[in-house]
Order: sequence, then C-alpha cells, then structure tokens
Amino acid sequence: MRHCTRIAVGPVQFRIGSDWAAPIAALKTLYAGYPRDDARPADATVRLFAARPWRRWLRPSVHIGGDYIVPDALPLPLSMGLLAAEMGMNLQVALGWRRHMLLHASAVTKDGRAVILSGESGSGKSTLAALLGEGEWRLMGDEFILIDPQSGGALGFPRAVSLKNEAIAEVEARVDAARFGPLLAGTPKGDIRHLIPRADTIAAMHELARPALLLFPRFGGAPSIERIGEGEAFVRLTEASTNYVALGEAGFAAMTRLVRETPAFTISYPDSASGMAIVEQLWAEAVR
Amino acid sequence: MADRRYRAAEAGALRVEPLGELTAIFDRRSMQTHLVVAPMPEILTALASSPCNAATLAARLADRFDLDGEGDAAAILAARLAELAAMGLVEPA
Repeated sequence: MRHCTRIAVGPVQFRIGSDWAAPIAALKTLYAGYPRDDARPADATVRLFAARPWRRWLRPSVHIGGDYIVPDALPLPLSMGLLAAEMGMNLQVALGWRRHMLLHASAVTKDGRAVILSGESGSGKSTLAALLGEGEWRLMGDEFILIDPQSGGALGFPRAVSLKNEAIAEVEARVDAARFGPLLAGTPKGDIRHLIPRADTIAAMHELARPALLLFPRFGGAPSIERIGEGEAFVRLTEASTNYVALGEAGFAAMTRLVRETPAFTISYPDSASGMAIVEQLWAEAVR
Repeated sequence: MADRRYRAAEAGALRVEPLGELTAIFDRRSMQTHLVVAPMPEILTALASSPCNAATLAARLADRFDLDGEGDAAAILAARLAELAAMGLVEPA
C-alpha cells in the first residue's frame, strides 16, 4: 500500500494501509497520543483501496479490506476515509479477535471497577460513556469491551470515540476543540466527529477492571431502571458479542461468570443528564 | 404414538449452568449453547441414571413436580423429550 501506519488500541496492533494519503494523515493526527511500536507484529490489517487504479483520482471511492472483508459493503467517498478506516478497524476486531470475549459495548471505570453499557446503535451508549469519561470516570471504550476469559476482567478498547449527530454538539460544549477530529457530515451513519480520549484513558488502556455493572441503555422515554436476571443478561450479551460462538466453551464460561458476578439492569433515559444520574445511582448501590 | 425411550448424553458432553430462571447448556460435541427452562434441566438429570421412556420419566420426576392427577404428564414429557432430542441433548435409546 502506498500509505501506511500502525496504531495500537488496547491489546490490538493495527496495520492500516491506504491508496490515499489523507485517511492515513487523519489517523495519525487522531492517534498521535497513542503508544507506537512499529516493530511489533500486527494483529489486524486494514486496507483502504480503490476498486480500479483510476478511481484513486476520478471520483475516488474507498473500499474497505484487510484480513476479513464484507463482500457487499459499498465504498465510501474519499472525504469519509476516516470513517472507512474506523469501520475497517472495527470489522477486523469483530471478526478476527480471539484472545478475549468481545462485547459490543461502551464502558467507563473507577476504582478498578467497570460499568459496561451494551446497546444497539442509537441507544446512547457512546455518548453516555464519552460524557462520563470527561468527569470522574475513565473511559474504557465506546465500541468494544474485551472480557479476559481467565480473570473475568474487562479490558478497554479506547479507539477515538465516534460521536454521532446530536451527541457531537453535546460533547463539543464540554471538551477542548483540540481533541476533535474533522466533522464528517452526511455519512451513511449521519454526521460523525471523532473525539480523542483523554490521556489517562490511553495511558491505562492495558489495565483490567472488574465488571461492577452491566447496563442496557435505551435513549428516550421516562427515566426507568429495571433489574434483569442472569438468563436475560446472558441472552442480551451473547447477541452483543461478535466472537462468542468462535470462542467455544471459553466464551460460554466467560459469559456465565460475567452475568453471575455482575448485576444487570435495563435503563431508559430522556436526556444525557438523567442517563448519567442513573449510572451514578446504580454505581453507588453496586459498590456499597 | 409409541412411548420412545431416550438416553442422556454421555458424561462430560454437556456443561450445564443454571442462570436464574434459565439454564444455559453448552454442548461440547456441537459447540452450541442452548438456553432452556424447567422442566428441561430436570429431565436431563432424571435421565442420567439410565435410559427410559416418558412414563418412567414421569415416575422419576413425580417427587420433584406435582405430577399426580395430571394424566397427561407422560404425554407432556414425551413432547419435551422429543424437543431435547431435536436439540441433540438426548437421543433415542
């Protein structure tokens, strides 16, 4: 590939190659504060490439490839190269990682304990974690949380936070402008702007945290908290895990342990402030 | 319909973990996870001692479930056994 960089996020060393300079330059800016070890072998490879050589210049469109591909994925315009890189990184981890059980979730941590928020896109899990991570909490990640099968501990995957639509202004109001990437307007996922996690998040990205709460947020509606049983948490989390099946019995053991040892709740909230208040309330009860 | 006899999976084939009202069962042969509710785990336990049919199973489970007076207990258990067989957790003896 003409342009290349390496990025370490949590335990994953990415090698990212591109036919164009711009996406790599944007990545280097976003991930400038991350540890860099170019000698370390890559765990995952992402390729951003033009379908035909002339498409590097003529209406350039970015295809996402690497160790794993999604055959029917549509290419993105070059202006969304950063989004293509993010999607490529997520894809390689979701399909290829085997050392931990992956949960599609965000998480924050305090005092060595983790609050894990699992939900569909639009549940507000990224926004809640990003906002909590600007306060007394340390952000662990907004997309994947990795569960160590041996210890049951949670490991973060603190890539640049992918803020979408209304969440962009909400976080912009609280955070130094220098920590934002460029605004990517009108992507297939709406407007996107990346937030560089705080330095303490990046510095502590190899620290395990013991899960304290499993939350399944839903944005919208009156504030509510509902305790759910181990069985329901198991079902929800297996659906939220991209590699549960691939891990076999190790995944089964990790999942049963996680839902047995960690109280689980569904929460609804009409705005971020009430969502954050619910997290704080449940946290206070969980660690009491 | 004939009252078929079923046998449990061989020892060690299943890893059974109760999770509140649900029970998660990992089948080491197929690598599949099954989530079941009562009386499925109890049937698997009752079947472990020796293969049997639904009528015998009803007798074995009678002290755990209030089956007396339920004339169709054997029919219900026969249906559950067939479902467990479809999941591969028991097999016809």
